[in-house]
Amino acid sequence: MPPSDWPAGIHRELAQAKVRLVGFVPDAGHKRLIELCQADSSMRTVVLTTEEEGIGLVVGGWLGGEKGVLLMQSSGVGNIINVLGTVKECRIPLVTLVTMRGEEGEFNPWQVPMGQATRGVLEAMGTVVHAPSSAEDIAPTVGTALRLAYNSYASVAVLIPQRVIGIKSFQEQAAR
Amino acid sequence: MTLHRRDAVKKLLENRGELLVVAGLGSTAWDCTAAGDSPLTFPLWGAMGQAAMMGLGLALAQPKRRVLVVTGDGEMLMGLGSLATIGVQKPANLSVVVIDNERYGETGMQATHTASGIDLAGVARSCGLTIFDFKDHRAAIHERPGPNFAVVKVAAEKIPLVLPPREGALLKARFRRALLGPEADLA
Repeated sequence: MPPSDWPAGIHRELAQAKVRLVGFVPDAGHKRLIELCQADSSMRTVVLTTEEEGIGLVVGGWLGGEKGVLLMQSSGVGNIINVLGTVKECRIPLVTLVTMRGEEGEFNPWQVPMGQATRGVLEAMGTVVHAPSSAEDIAPTVGTALRLAYNSYASVAVLIPQRVIGIKSFQEQAAR
Repeated sequence: MTLHRRDAVKKLLENRGELLVVAGLGSTAWDCTAAGDSPLTFPLWGAMGQAAMMGLGLALAQPKRRVLVVTGDGEMLMGLGSLATIGVQKPANLSVVVIDNERYGETGMQATHTASGIDLAGVARSCGLTIFDFKDHRAAIHERPGPNFAVVKVAAEKIPLVLPPREGALLKARFRRALLGPEADLA
């Protein structure tokens, strides 16, 4: 598997960890991973109207004995702040995979405030943040995040850097 | 005839058997507790707007069990999008009942949108949920394929609080142990 196919690496980690529920708000950076999860009959993908719904989904899933993860863009982290409090208070294991915007090479200024605040917001709400720096580091980092979350009943986020996703313009994003 | 919320919720939970229940924060959590605290009820003290989504997650994880969400009109209004999400997933074992007093009961009885005629059942119907009458609750909650949805209009009344345990980790652990057995503690 070439390093550029980090979504396949993430999918393999999710499958090995027996993740059954995958909640997502679509994002260009997550396109391939979403498709891999949709094609996997052991996973139930749930498209959400807002990222906040994903927290309810994962909490309910864990009450019922199943593991869930969330896929979102960094802007979506702003939509889950309050409900991360529920995850903390109830000690629900949660892995959130965040594709970053508003950092290196951003072309949309409206993405920059939330992108720059993403790590701080997550940490302020008690979520452990892992930030792999290269494509080959992403899947192993997701593997460690899954182990930390499920062994320690923790909320863990993995920030996938914008440099790895590499979208340079609106036109390129729309073409994916 | 005006329904009282405690009577309505007591009827919903009568002879509940193996029913799994998520109770939305505020008055509906107190109503469910007044009907009889159970480890298989997950009463919310926060996460306003997420009761129906927790019901969806639970229904997908436990497809052989029936799941009931009991929540208030204010709580449901904060999570209208979840009705669309439930409509996409179509869980046959999920029912959502909104106890609608047209008020935000915990914060001074301010009017909610339903007091101005906003029709939650209409929204749910548009999202593909099957609407049922309160008098048919037994069959809808325990037997008929869902997702099912009902609005139960109740009197706007201030009544004594009946509080469940407060600690989230405890509520989660006792629910999982009651549902999944002692091995849930070792997961």
